[in-house]
Amino acid sequence: MSKKSYRQAINEALRQEMERDDRVILMGEDVAGGTGAGGDQDAWGGPMGVTKGLRPQFGPDRVLDTHLAEMSFVGAAAGAAVTGLRPVVELMFVDFMGVCFDQIFNQVAKFRYMFGGKAVTPLVIRTMYGAGLRAASQHSQCLYPIFTHIPGLKVVLPSNAYEAKGLLIQAIRDDDPVIFFEHKAMYDDEMEVPDEPYAIPFGEANVTREGEDVTIVAFGRMVNLANEAADSLAKRGISCTVVDPRTTSPLDSETILETVEETGRLVVVDEAHPRCGMAADIAGLVAENAFDSLKAPIKLVTSPHAPVPFSPALEDIYIPSVAKIEAAVRATLAHDHKVAAE
Amino acid sequence: MPAIQPITMPKWGLAMEEGILARWAVDVGATIALGQEIMDIETTKIANAFESPVTGVLRRRVVGEGDTVPVGALLGVVSEPDVPEVAVDDFVREFLKGFKPTEKGEATGPVPETIDGGRRFRRLKAGPDTGLAILLLHGFGADMSTWMFNQAALAEDRPVHAIDLPGHGGSEKEMADGSVEALAESVLDYMDAAGLDVAYLVGHSLGGAIAATIALNVPSRVAGLTLVAPVGLGPEIAGDFIEGFIAETRARKLRPFIEMLVADPAMVTADMVEEVLKYKRLDGALAALRLIATANFAGNTQRFALRDRLAGIKAPTQIIWGESDRILPAKHAAGLPAQIQVTTIPGAGHIVHMEKAAAVNKAIAGVG
Repeated sequence: MSKKSYRQAINEALRQEMERDDRVILMGEDVAGGTGAGGDQDAWGGPMGVTKGLRPQFGPDRVLDTHLAEMSFVGAAAGAAVTGLRPVVELMFVDFMGVCFDQIFNQVAKFRYMFGGKAVTPLVIRTMYGAGLRAASQHSQCLYPIFTHIPGLKVVLPSNAYEAKGLLIQAIRDDDPVIFFEHKAMYDDEMEVPDEPYAIPFGEANVTREGEDVTIVAFGRMVNLANEAADSLAKRGISCTVVDPRTTSPLDSETILETVEETGRLVVVDEAHPRCGMAADIAGLVAENAFDSLKAPIKLVTSPHAPVPFSPALEDIYIPSVAKIEAAVRATLAHDHKVAAE
Repeated sequence: MPAIQPITMPKWGLAMEEGILARWAVDVGATIALGQEIMDIETTKIANAFESPVTGVLRRRVVGEGDTVPVGALLGVVSEPDVPEVAVDDFVREFLKGFKPTEKGEATGPVPETIDGGRRFRRLKAGPDTGLAILLLHGFGADMSTWMFNQAALAEDRPVHAIDLPGHGGSEKEMADGSVEALAESVLDYMDAAGLDVAYLVGHSLGGAIAATIALNVPSRVAGLTLVAPVGLGPEIAGDFIEGFIAETRARKLRPFIEMLVADPAMVTADMVEEVLKYKRLDGALAALRLIATANFAGNTQRFALRDRLAGIKAPTQIIWGESDRILPAKHAAGLPAQIQVTTIPGAGHIVHMEKAAAVNKAIAGVG
C-alpha cells in the first residue's frame, strides 16, 4: 500500500492486467509518443502521462500509437475484441467520441445481442471528461449520459484513485464493452492504493457517508464535492448519506432506493447537463419507486443547459460546487409539506 | 513511577494521525486504575474506549469533549494525590511548550515491511532488537492491524512481530492448502526467515490454532502461548459469520457480520468495514478465504480439533476469551487441563484483544 495519484493508479491497473493477460493491448493517439516527444518513444506516455512506461515494457506490438482518426482505430479495436484480444483504447477527450458513434452504438454495443450471445466484445474505451481545466466547450463535456442510454455498453465513473484502479481492472476483465470516464481535473489527486491487483464489481454503489437526513447521489468527481458538503453539514447537525453509484450502467438502483427510503430526501449532483442526464434519470427512478418515502421535492445540482464556457470566471460558476450542494440539502430540509399545501 | 504523568492521544494503527476525544468517562479528582476506561476516542478507522495506561488521580482535562487533536497531544494529567496544583500547572505548561505534532503524512513509528519466507509475508516489527520475541498471529479474514491496541504496549521491552498470514492482508494470497497444519508450516518458514529461533506466540482465533499446532509440532521453538478465543476447542462456530464475511460485497450488507465480532457494535466504523471489503477485492483473497473456510469450518462445524492434544503442549499456555463471543462460544474455555490458565473477560466479544486491550496486554505481559 502506498500513496498513488489517479494517474498512477490507472497506469498500474493497465500494467498489471497486461502482465497477467497477453491478450490485453493498448491503442490510442499518443499513448506511446506525445507532443514534444522529439521522436523519443514514450517520452510522454500520452497527453496526460497515464500510459508512460508501458511501451518500453510491453513493446510496439502491444502498445500501439494510432493515427488521428477515432472512427478507424475504435473500429479496429472492436474487431480485435470480437476476434480474441482485449483492447484498451484511449480516446483522448470524450468530446471527440461523436465521430465514432456508429462503431460504438451500432457495432460494439450490439454484437453480443445480435449474434445471440455467441460474440463477446471485451473492449475498454478510456476517455477524459469534465470541466475545470480551462479547456473550453469542445474539451470539457460530461457525455456519459449518452453512453448510459445505450443498452450493451457499461459506463464507469471512478471518483478517486482507489476506485480508478479497481474499476479499470474490472473493466479489462469484463467481456462487455466498457466506457471508462476519467475526470481530467483528478489526475494528480493522491490517496492510499494497494500495490496488488484488485477488482471492484460493477453495479455496486459505494456509500461513502452514512446519514439520516438527506441522501446525496453524486457521480465521478462530484462524489468528492458531495463528501465535502456532507462533512461540512455534519458540523451543523445535518447528516447526509452520500452514494457513489460507481457505474451508471449497470446502475445500483437498489442502494439508491434503499437510502432514499431511509432519509426521505434526495439531492442528485451531476456535472453533466440537466436534460436527459443522470440527475434526471435518478430523480425519475426515485419518483417512480420511492415516492411515498419522499418528504420533500427532489433537488438536482447540475451544470446549466449551456456549453462549458471558455471564460474562467464563468467556468467556475458553471460547475456544481460544495456551496450549491449544501444549499440544495438545506432546501430539501426547509421544505414543509403542510405549508406547501396551504 | 513519576509523581505526575501525562495521558496523551494514543496511536491506534499505522495510519492514525489524529483522534477525536468523544467523551470523558472520569471527572477531575477521580482516582484512576490501570486499564480503567477513562475516555472514548474516535478515529476514521475505529471508535473505542481508551484504557488508562497509568494509575493516579485525574488532575486536569486538557482537551474537551468533541475536540480533534494529533497523536501524542496532551489529553489529561494524572498524579499522585499530594502533588500541589502549581506543580500540575507547571507540568502542563512544560508539556505544551515541548510538544510538536508530527506533520501530516509523516510516518511515525515502525512501518510494515515485506519479507521473503518462501512466500511473501508482510510484517510489522516493533520494540527493541533483543529479548524474547513475541509473534502475533491474527484470525480468519483479519490482518496484522487486529493488534493495533496491543503491539506497541507489548513492545516496550521486547521485539514484537505481527505478520499477515498467508492469503491475508499484504501477504501472498496464493495457497495450495488452507489447513491449520499448512498454515503452521508457513509461519515456521516466516520464523526461519525472520531469525526467530524461539518465540512467544500469541494467536487469535484461527491464529490460536496455528500457534498451538506449532507448539505441538516443534516445541523447541515456542517459549509460551497465549491463545485468544482459539479455534479448535469445540465443534461450534458461527457458520453464518463465515459465509456472510466471505459472500457480502457491499458495506451495508457486510456490516452486520463485522458487528458479530464485538460486544458493542458502536466500535465498528464505516472504515473498518471498508478495510475488509478492500482486502476481499484483492486478487486471490476470496479464494484463500474459501480454501481456509472449507478446510477448517465446512458444514458449520470446526474441523480442527485441539482440545484432546492440549495436555501435550509443553510450553506454558494461557487462554483468554471474551464472555460475549458470538463466533466461538466462551464455553469452549471450560474443562481444559489444569495447567492452562483461563481468563474470561466480560463485556467483550470475539476480538477481545481489541475490545479490552489493557486486560489482554496485562495478561500477556504477566507471562510472556
